[in-house]
Amino acid sequence: MKINKNVALSDSGFVFNPSTGDSFSTNPIGLEIIKLLKEGKSMDYVKASLLKTYTIEEATLERDCYDFANMLMKFKLTEADEKAEN
Amino acid sequence: MKKLHYERPIIQRLNVGVMNKFGTKTEYAPVTHVDGNAVKGLLAKYGSPLFVISEKTIRKTFRDANRAFKTRYPKVQFAWSYKTNYVNAVCNVFHQEGSWAEVVSGFEYQKALQNGVSGNKIIFNGPDKSMEELTMAIENNSLLHIDHLDELYMIKELATKSKKKPRVAIRVNMDTGVYPIWDRFGFNYENGQAWDAINKIILNDQMELVGLHCHIGTFMLAPSAYGLAASKLSDLALSIKKKFKKSIQYIDMGGGFASRNTLKGSYLQGMDLAPSFDSFAEEITTAILNAGFAKDELPMLVLETGRALIDDAGFLLGSVISNKRLSDGRRATILDFGVNILFTSFWYDHKISPAQEFSQYSEDSVLYGPLCMNIDVVRENITLPPLKRDDQVVVHSVGAYNMTQWMQFISLRPAIVMIDKNDKPHLIRKRETLKSIETEEVLPAYLKDFKL
Repeated sequence: MKINKNVALSDSGFVFNPSTGDSFSTNPIGLEIIKLLKEGKSMDYVKASLLKTYTIEEATLERDCYDFANMLMKFKLTEADEKAEN
Repeated sequence: MKKLHYERPIIQRLNVGVMNKFGTKTEYAPVTHVDGNAVKGLLAKYGSPLFVISEKTIRKTFRDANRAFKTRYPKVQFAWSYKTNYVNAVCNVFHQEGSWAEVVSGFEYQKALQNGVSGNKIIFNGPDKSMEELTMAIENNSLLHIDHLDELYMIKELATKSKKKPRVAIRVNMDTGVYPIWDRFGFNYENGQAWDAINKIILNDQMELVGLHCHIGTFMLAPSAYGLAASKLSDLALSIKKKFKKSIQYIDMGGGFASRNTLKGSYLQGMDLAPSFDSFAEEITTAILNAGFAKDELPMLVLETGRALIDDAGFLLGSVISNKRLSDGRRATILDFGVNILFTSFWYDHKISPAQEFSQYSEDSVLYGPLCMNIDVVRENITLPPLKRDDQVVVHSVGAYNMTQWMQFISLRPAIVMIDKNDKPHLIRKRETLKSIETEEVLPAYLKDFKL
């Protein structure tokens, strides 16, 4: 999964998609995920990174990331699937 | 390195629209304690979900209501409405505060007697009173509020057999400008039914007409309707005085005062809409004081308000079972309590708070109960922080009707705890078990065995 390269992010969690004109608000963990994806990291890399940083079980994180990724797709913030570099 | 606190990632589209001029605040200020007791600790000790009653809140609310009426009128008597919450500990807090009992069935009547209320301080309302129940109430010198003519004739028949003269009142229904009119209970004022019933009772001489009763509706938001009702009952009382030279001992205005819950579909929050006890008291007492009673013949004012006295004292604590995403993208959270024990979620958009700290981020969710039934919706739309499994929530103002109308449906009913004046919790109703339900079941012997 890759974040559309035009999507703009602010440090406060404000997300703007110039191609649709939509803006979004995300929490700090959401922002961290979007930033990593935008850098071209894979979802597996993102999950491993979050597991190292936060007190959370793998199963819960897996489910939350799956749901969050679906929301990013639903909001058209992602590009057509390409193989991401780790 | 110490790991950081985790919060579920969320993203929400920002919608541009007209701002809410009332600036309704979001509802997720955490409520970690109820009367000094940690939610986490209560749920660990008594299980989840759990009803919690604040004794301090009951007593404070009662004293507020009592003060509102007693500072305006010389003779005021509250009677605790058993159907609103008849857990014995709750009833006895009201009785300790001086409330009589107001019951609407033989079962509630027995409960009041068992709680130690003397028969002459029990008001027996409702359309369903059997011969046995009426006999018991007559022998105990209770106040019988007659609902229909059949009941009047039943009491008349019993009065001929009893040495005691039944003390009765009639329930009067009327047009107070609030619709639909509750005309299914009692006798109508406008069409003369009430006056006919009064004449039947007084001319019969086997019963003593001691009071007049009305109960004009429920969750009433217009205090002026009570003023009108008090005027009409006063008018009847003065007509009785004029025709029969008989003074009515009390006027019972029933209940129906709104609590601070938010009714479904209401634009404003309940706490902004619910009239104060003072506004109800002002309307009622002004109407009676101005009706024309002689100073020494002012009737006692009886009030049976239930909901407004107990709602705020009740909390329901529960836990998150799961989160899911609905097909239309909405977030859904499944809780371990539903409409089976939170019956009032059919009527109200209950205020629900998380019981732990969160960041300022929130998302719109639907809250479902645990029942395998589509109707089990606790809130259709609510803004809450990102809850995860085992997080805990607090539902506010659930003291009225839930602990009486709850259903033993699919799952067992939870425990109830009362937190006393010194913040000490007491178990006042145990969590149900399979045994407590099956005690009443009888399995015929021929159905005991089967092969699969």
